[in-house]
Parts: sequence; C-alpha cells; structure tokens
Amino acid sequence: MTLQAHLVVERPRFLLDIELKVDQGEVVALLGPNGAGKTTALRALAGLTPLSRGRIDLDGESLHDKGPERRPIGMVFQDYLLFPHLSALDNVAFGPRCQGLGKEQARRTAMGWLAQMGLAEYAHAKPRSLSGGQAQRVALARALAVNPRLLLLDEPLSALDAHTRVEIRAQLRHRLAGFAGTCVLVTHDPLEAMVLADRLVVIEGGGIVQQGSPAEVAGNPRTDYVARLVGLNLYQGSADGQAVTLDPSGIVLRVTEHHRGPVFVAFPPSAVALYRERPEGTPRNLWQGRISHIERHGDQVRVSLDGPVRVGADVTPVAVAELGLTPGQQVWVSVKATETHAYPA
Amino acid sequence: MIKRLIGAAAALVLTVALAGCGSSSDAGSGGGGDKELVVFAAASLTESFTEIGKLFEKEHAGTTVRFNFAASSALAQQIVQGAPADVFAAASPATMGQVPNVSPEVFVKNSLIIAVPKGNPAKITSLKDLTDPSVKVALCAEQVPCGAAAVKALKAAGITVKPVTLEQDVKATLTKVELGEVDAALVYRTDVKSAAGKVDGIEFPESAQAINDYPIAVLPKAPQPELAKQFVALVRSEQGRSILTRVGFDLP
Amino acid sequence: MATPRRSSVNPVTGRIPWILVLPALIGLVFLALPMVGLLVRTPWSTLGERLAAPGVLEALRLSLITATCATAACLVFGVPLAWLLARVAFPGRRLVRALVTVPLVLPPVVGGVALLLVLGRRGLVGQWLDQVFGFSLPFTTAGVVVAEAFVAMPFLVISVEGALRAADLRYEEAAATLGASRWTVFRRVTLPLVAPGITAGAVLCWARALGEFGATITFAGNFPGQTQTMPLAVYLALESDPEAAIVLSLVLLVVSVVVLASLRDRWVNSP
Repeated sequence: MTLQAHLVVERPRFLLDIELKVDQGEVVALLGPNGAGKTTALRALAGLTPLSRGRIDLDGESLHDKGPERRPIGMVFQDYLLFPHLSALDNVAFGPRCQGLGKEQARRTAMGWLAQMGLAEYAHAKPRSLSGGQAQRVALARALAVNPRLLLLDEPLSALDAHTRVEIRAQLRHRLAGFAGTCVLVTHDPLEAMVLADRLVVIEGGGIVQQGSPAEVAGNPRTDYVARLVGLNLYQGSADGQAVTLDPSGIVLRVTEHHRGPVFVAFPPSAVALYRERPEGTPRNLWQGRISHIERHGDQVRVSLDGPVRVGADVTPVAVAELGLTPGQQVWVSVKATETHAYPA
Repeated sequence: MIKRLIGAAAALVLTVALAGCGSSSDAGSGGGGDKELVVFAAASLTESFTEIGKLFEKEHAGTTVRFNFAASSALAQQIVQGAPADVFAAASPATMGQVPNVSPEVFVKNSLIIAVPKGNPAKITSLKDLTDPSVKVALCAEQVPCGAAAVKALKAAGITVKPVTLEQDVKATLTKVELGEVDAALVYRTDVKSAAGKVDGIEFPESAQAINDYPIAVLPKAPQPELAKQFVALVRSEQGRSILTRVGFDLP
Repeated sequence: MATPRRSSVNPVTGRIPWILVLPALIGLVFLALPMVGLLVRTPWSTLGERLAAPGVLEALRLSLITATCATAACLVFGVPLAWLLARVAFPGRRLVRALVTVPLVLPPVVGGVALLLVLGRRGLVGQWLDQVFGFSLPFTTAGVVVAEAFVAMPFLVISVEGALRAADLRYEEAAATLGASRWTVFRRVTLPLVAPGITAGAVLCWARALGEFGATITFAGNFPGQTQTMPLAVYLALESDPEAAIVLSLVLLVVSVVVLASLRDRWVNSP
C-alpha cells in the first residue's frame, strides 16, 4: 500500500503545499514548529479539511473526493476525543458498528482490541475515569478497530505526562512496527519523531524543508529549526577545500570534508571550547564572542554566545565555576575541526 | 398580615389619588377649578360612555372624566379592594352586587342576537338552527354575563346546543365569528353593531327571555359625589339615552 | 482523599460575598412571595370538596397530556431546527433565528389569532386541511397542542442551540473518521453530548406549555374535556369564584413542581 498525496490548502495568509509519498508499512512523521501546517496536512489526509488543490491516492484509489467517513482511515487525535458518554468498549466498537457490524459482533471485535492493548478490565469504564496512558491506548484501539489502510496520529503523546510518555512511546513504537498499512503521524517533538518514525518530513511555513531518515535529518540539518531540534550549531557558507567562509560574518572555519561552493557546516555544542585568555599556540577556528545566556542543560551547562557568530557551547558546571563565566563577558571560542560536519547546501 | 398589607397598599393608592385630586382642585385658577371624575364601566360601554364623557366635559368646564373600561367582574374586584372610583356601570346586576352599600339603577338593557360570519355561510335563520350538529357554535362561558344570558335564552326556548367552545368574553366570541371559525354565536346586539360590516346579526324572539340589565351607581366613597351624581343623570338623560340606543342598547 | 476536609469554610470560594447573596435573596423573595400569597388565601377547609368538583381532574389531565404532547412535538421539530441554526451556515440565518424567538415576544393572544389565520377553518393552510381531509384544528385537543407548541418551542430551540454551539465539534469529526454518516454522528455523538441542554430545554418547554393560556383559548377555544386546560379553568373560575381559582392554581403549581423536581433529580443532577 502506498500513499501518494499532493496537499494544497489555501487560507488567508497561509498556504500549505506539500507532496508526500509513504510506502506500505512505513511510518512517516511530519515534524515542524507550531503553525507550520503539519496538523492541517493530517486533517487534509483525513478529509476533515478540504483540499484547495491536489490529490490523495492510496494504492491508486483516489481519496480526495470522498468524505472522511468513506476513507479507509483511522485517526488518533491529540487529546484522543474519546466519546465521553460511551464506555471504552463502546468507543472502540463505534467504528465496527459504523461498518455495519451488529452490536454484539462489534463489541466482540472491540474487546479483542482492548485485550491486545492490555485494557480488557477497563472495557466498561467511562473515558473520564481512565488515566492518560489508558485513554491513549483506547484511542489507538478505536482507530485500529476499523482496520484502516492509512493510520493518522496527531501528536499522539503530547497529552501525557513525561513519565507516562516514555512508557507509552515504547508501546506505540511496537504497535506501529506491527501495523501493516501506511502511517502518518504529526509531532513537534523530535525525539518522538525519531523513535516512532522510519522517515521524517520537516515542515516549516506550509512547505517541506527537509526529509529523510531520522539519522540523515539529525546529522544534516538544513534549517535553524532542525538544527535547534537536534541540538546542533548550523551555518551556511561557501567552501574552498577544507576552508568554509561563513555567511555573513566572513569567519573561516576549518572542516574535515573537502567541498567546493555553498555548504552547510554543523557541529555539536560539545565541540565548542571556551577560554578567558587567548589560548596558547594558534588553534584554528578561534574567535571572540560575548556570553548572552547561561542555562543548565542536563548535567551540562549550555552557554549561548553572540558576536560575529552565534553559537551554543556545552561545558561542565566545574568549567563554568573555574572560568567564572557570567553573561556579558567576552570570551575566546574555539571549535574542533574534527567534530564539524560540512555538506552541500 | 397579608390582608393588612393589601389594606395598606390600597390606602396608599387612595391617599396618593386623593392628594392628586385635592391638589388639582387647589391649583384650579378661578372658574369651577380642575376636577377629575373617575368612571369604572363595563367593556361593552366603551364607545357610548366615551361619547357621553366628552359631552359631560363640555357641560362641566374644568372637569376631566377618566374611564376604566374592563370586564365588570374585574372592576368590581378593584372597587372592593379600594380603587378610588366615583361611578360604576356594570354589565350585570350580579357583578354590581359584589360592591356593598350602593343603590344601583338600571339604565339600559342589552339583548342577545345570533352573530354569523358575513354572508351567513351556514344559512342560520333561527335559534333552532344552532342545534344542527354540523353547525359550529360559540357561546360565552357561563361565568361571564353573556354566557349566563345565553344559557337563560336557550333554556327559555327549550333548546339544547352543544357549542364547540365557551369563550372567556364576548369580544373573543365575536372574533371566532369574524374569522369564520364558527358558524354562529350568541352575543349582545351592541357587539354586533360595533363590529358592523364584519359580522351579520340575526334577531330571535327568545332573546326577550334573557335581557341583561346594566346597573349604574354612585360609589359610597366617591371623591367627587356631586359630579358623580351629575354624570349618572347625564347617562339617564335624553341625550345619554340617544347615544346608548344608537350603539344597540335597549331602554329599560 | 488523604487530606482532611475543612468543615465550614470552602478553601476555594472563601467567604460568601454578600454583594451577590443580597440581590439573590431579594430575587428569591420576589419569585416566591406571590406563591405565599396564594397559599395564604387558599380556602383550606373546603379544599377537598373543591378538588373533587367536576372538571378539575379533567382539566388537570388534559393539561398534562397536552403539555407533554406539545413538548414531544417541540423535540421532534425543535431539535433539528436548533441543529440547523447552530451547524449549518445558510444565508439569512440571523433572520431565521430572530423569527424563532417571535413567539416569545408576541402576546400569546396575538399568537392565537395568528394561528387561526393560518390553521383556522378559513386560514391559509387550514382551509385546505378542511377541504381535503374535512379536518379543522380549532376547538380540538390537537389544537391545544398546536397552540402550546407554538408558544413553548422557542424555549427548547434556544436552549438546544446554545448547547450545540457549546459542544466540541471535534467529537463529531472523530466519529466521521470512524466511518459514521452525518445521521449516525448526530444520533450517536451529537445528541448524547447535548443531552443536558435538550433536557433543560424540554423542561422549560413543558413548563411553559403547562401554563399556556392566551394562545390556547384564542386558537383552540374553551370546552371542558376537549380544550379546557387548567389555566383556562383558572381564568374562568376567577370570573365567578376567586377561591376556586386559587385552588386550581395551587393544583397546577403542586403538580408542576413535583414533576419538575423529580425530573431534575433524575436527569439533570445525575452524574
């Protein structure tokens, strides 16, 4: 089963225009900041938001001229939207009932799905008495119970607390791996995207800015948004062999790869070292910057600097104390060439 | 407790009204001074009494006649509760009887007539025709004067009519006829006259058995007893009678 | 809960604000005092025999039946109308919404006349009914139901429309993605979600229908056992026997309060 879609949704002051191709068994995550249009894209696939132009084909069958109730889809909504007046069982049985199954048969089907999710004992509970994790699994069971060929998930874990999220994420990953159809999920959480999806599609401002496997996207960010997501410093410049002149500061960075022409240069904050005095010898990739911001980041401290180049550096709390780093201070910044990564823009 | 409250409220209304009357006569400049006569009268007297009132004002310069036209029973209740009225003209002796310490005189009579929609579609000619089950008849409810009169007339004629409705007052009964919802109704001759052109009236001899007397009286607590007496006199005068007969009333 | 409950002072709301309580009490007294007036003037000694008077139970039975039928009719036509007003954007929707409230502002007697002009024997629609089916609504029990429904329906429509507007549309979208047709969505999702609003509207509608006087007597007339409901009986009793009118009003009040209170416990307050 293959999904091929060209989604165009025009709104006042907003245009979504993306092309998507998802193979059978593949899980694609639409990743992007708020307002990028990723939920609009998902709703367009579901038929809840009409397309202005474009088409949606699933295995050669066109879906875009059908209402949501006639599409072979299952959808998990951001806050699940379990029907509050129905038990968990009847929520899951709702879809099979709409497909023409009798009440008893639909309930048997639903019970099977709940049992698979480990929720058999909550079958008769009303949604408001379920925990977040349980509700999420009921919502997933409800979407899967209609045997969809296209599974759509809108921020499936965002309504959960941090602790539950880790557990449910692992379960969801397992479920999605076992799902035979095509799956598209929407998230703004890169970790969620990378854990759950085979392929990331990054959407910004209504268009696709980058796509590829999680590793490809994380290693080769093409926008500030992606770089920030994966925690990398990212610059554009032009390469001449191993020397890259950064736009617009003009600072020259030494890198390991050989390139010619416009390139991206990326390096992690851990590749950045800070000094109070100009370090001895003449290390390359050295410039002076001003500390704009210091904050705790896991067991490291993230120091943000401006100056000719905006850069983030991860240092140990001990180093912060020893160097006496404070915002506003001028320090020397150096980047190890071996930890940089340059690739064509 | 409640009774005392009602009493107090009535007293208050009375006081205010009296004060109003008093001040208006005080303020009168020369002449006879400005006076106000309050007349409570049955709704069926609206037309004729308004005309008589104008006549009275012309004859008594500086005097204003203020009318309260409503169902006689409602007016009687208001008077009993202490409303400051000078004259009461009721549509039946029974309602007049609810007011104590008055000496009413009958000034007109009203008789029943069969009202039919314009053109008389059901071809009604006599009281007997109303017994035909295919004829829809509206009567006033027995609790209101026109209903009581209808019962009396039908009884005198020895006729049983099964009406489709017992209306709350004569105007509502007449409306049903005007709209053609019923084929016939028993109403007062004055009502058919005032609805002239919209309904037709058919006289029937048995109506003589159910004449409704209209009594009029000066009220014992009348703020303007002299004017009240003069107003009653005007109603009973030649002029007053000609106005009343013109709208369909009979003389006693 | 492990935390001990404070007994008297609610930690969330704190002290009772008198600026709210005082007008609330005045409002309550204003609404309740007329009822006290009725109770004080009730002729308790002759209550039993007055209740047993012919026509009282008949009028009460007719009132309850017609008010219930009118409410049922309002539900059948009013809920879809409310749905249309809340969910379908069509030209002139504001005008239609204003039209729906017309029976609220129209004096009921005028409403009754208007009904006669349309549904009466010579009315726009009524004359056709009369010619084709030989059937005419005025002076029938069905006519009472029509008059009551006309006056009471706005209460239901306004209440249900409000509930529909407040309901979360995304539940309906979720149902659609599960393959539910629009009718199934309405029946299995929308209706249950707005059920409290429908109940409240139906209760208001029933209460209004039960007390209906003007439109009923004008359109359906007044005949014992046929079209004479309690309010009509009360009005006519007032003409000749005010004490009887008080007794009848009291019966109507007691019955409606009992019905509404029991409904409230069952449907409105239930979790």
